[in-house]
Amino acid sequence: MGGRDATMVLLDENGIRCDGRKVDEPRRIMIKAGGLKNADGSAYIEFGDNKILVGVFGPRDVHPKHMSDTDTGILRVRYHMEPFSVGERKNPAPSRREIEISKVIKEALEPAVMLEKFPRTAVDVFIEVLQADGGTRCAALSAASVALADAGIPMRDMVAACAAGKVADTVILDVNNEEDQAGQADMPIGYMPSLEKVTLLQLDGVLTPEEYKKCVEVGINGCKIVYDLQKKALNDKYFGNGEK
Amino acid sequence: MGSTSVLDELKKSQILELLEQGKRVDGRALDEAREISIETNAIPKANGSARVRIGDTEVVCGVKIQPDRPFPDSGDKGLFICTAELLPLSHPTVETGPPGPDVIELARVVDRGIRESHMIDVSQLVIEKDKSVVGVFADNVVVDYDGNLFDACSYAATAALLSSKTPKWNYVDDTPTLVEGEESPVPITTIPVSVTMGKIGNYIVVDPNGDEWDCMDARITITSDSDGNICALQKGGNEGFSYDEIVQCGETSVRVGAKIREKLKEAQQGAQ
Repeated sequence: MGGRDATMVLLDENGIRCDGRKVDEPRRIMIKAGGLKNADGSAYIEFGDNKILVGVFGPRDVHPKHMSDTDTGILRVRYHMEPFSVGERKNPAPSRREIEISKVIKEALEPAVMLEKFPRTAVDVFIEVLQADGGTRCAALSAASVALADAGIPMRDMVAACAAGKVADTVILDVNNEEDQAGQADMPIGYMPSLEKVTLLQLDGVLTPEEYKKCVEVGINGCKIVYDLQKKALNDKYFGNGEK
Repeated sequence: MGSTSVLDELKKSQILELLEQGKRVDGRALDEAREISIETNAIPKANGSARVRIGDTEVVCGVKIQPDRPFPDSGDKGLFICTAELLPLSHPTVETGPPGPDVIELARVVDRGIRESHMIDVSQLVIEKDKSVVGVFADNVVVDYDGNLFDACSYAATAALLSSKTPKWNYVDDTPTLVEGEESPVPITTIPVSVTMGKIGNYIVVDPNGDEWDCMDARITITSDSDGNICALQKGGNEGFSYDEIVQCGETSVRVGAKIREKLKEAQQGAQ
């Protein structure tokens, strides 16, 4: 992916970031519920320059059968980046990074989805990153929650996600690609706002114990902003004047 | 590891019952890690190595150091790569073949903890800028399983790196050439320590053993450095953590990690 300009100022003297945002300001976020005809539920998100499409199928029969669980439904998540989604062409085969992200997104969604209501079935979530620009796992997780809700799958809450981080010794909200490459820390957070539970949490980069606390707080606040947009997307589809 | 059975359910209810009385299955306090034994230089053919036991979990890590080509965008930095693999003899459910998501996550989390702490000063591992650098490879193999592979692999890799000696190469005629008889310790800036905590019901336990690992609802692995800063974190498992729990886990990891760091230092001194 790579930063574009090594001499770029991440945070200027007025507290303005490299893309013109304030420290506590997320990028432009647009979420749309639905959009795919064949999927049981779907969503599309634009999170800054990230563009991600999510399709959900299920609950449906499990193939291969041995994966099924007689006590509960299972959730399967595939996070996948298109070869053209990043600067240099990405090999289309799943990388170790994508396998790990698929796993953490799956584990972030599981507490929200009432899988126990559908034993012996699977819910499949397919995440396709069409364009990546830092923070794809958060954008993908937020869109996946909307797609699951759009599929009518019973949920305890939606998972909203946003990253916090540190650049120029300052805690910031929503780390973009440049800030991730050149910054000091990146902490993606997935959060269920109604249940007040963090279901995705990762960190790389050095934080003092105080900054660590602050990062979690700032990230959770970002999740709440995303949560409102997720609800709006569902409202627009089901109660708005748009597509019925 | 893997599927839950009736036995696991029974085990879990017993573990939970004990936790309600403030006890753990093996008698430890909730924030107490198991005894750690570290044997360094276990593999003399490697440039550094360690054999670590935590309970019955056992990991061998070997460090190999050799000239390599730098990444195109960082010609002024050496390479550091850490891997982890579960050997088929470590547990009846482990099969040969390509690693599954669990093992990939394990390897990446162990690598990230050490990498993000900047333990190794890779800027000192350059033979000829943009042409040739020193690569440090720390490969973990899990030999026996009793829970908490994250910390076991992390300590093994850290101990192995602390005991490692790097050969010296000069750049002669466009090739890195070994300088005989010159060895120096790998440049170390800090000692990262990962502390993994499991969430069982509403209880959080440090260093879950095999039984606890198999029935816990969620886990969190937090790595801190010598200055008491937090440098990497990974949450796993299909439950969530509250804000207060995350803050508490952060504090616990720094406190428990400081004690374990002393152990690693002792092992390093023993190696010299």
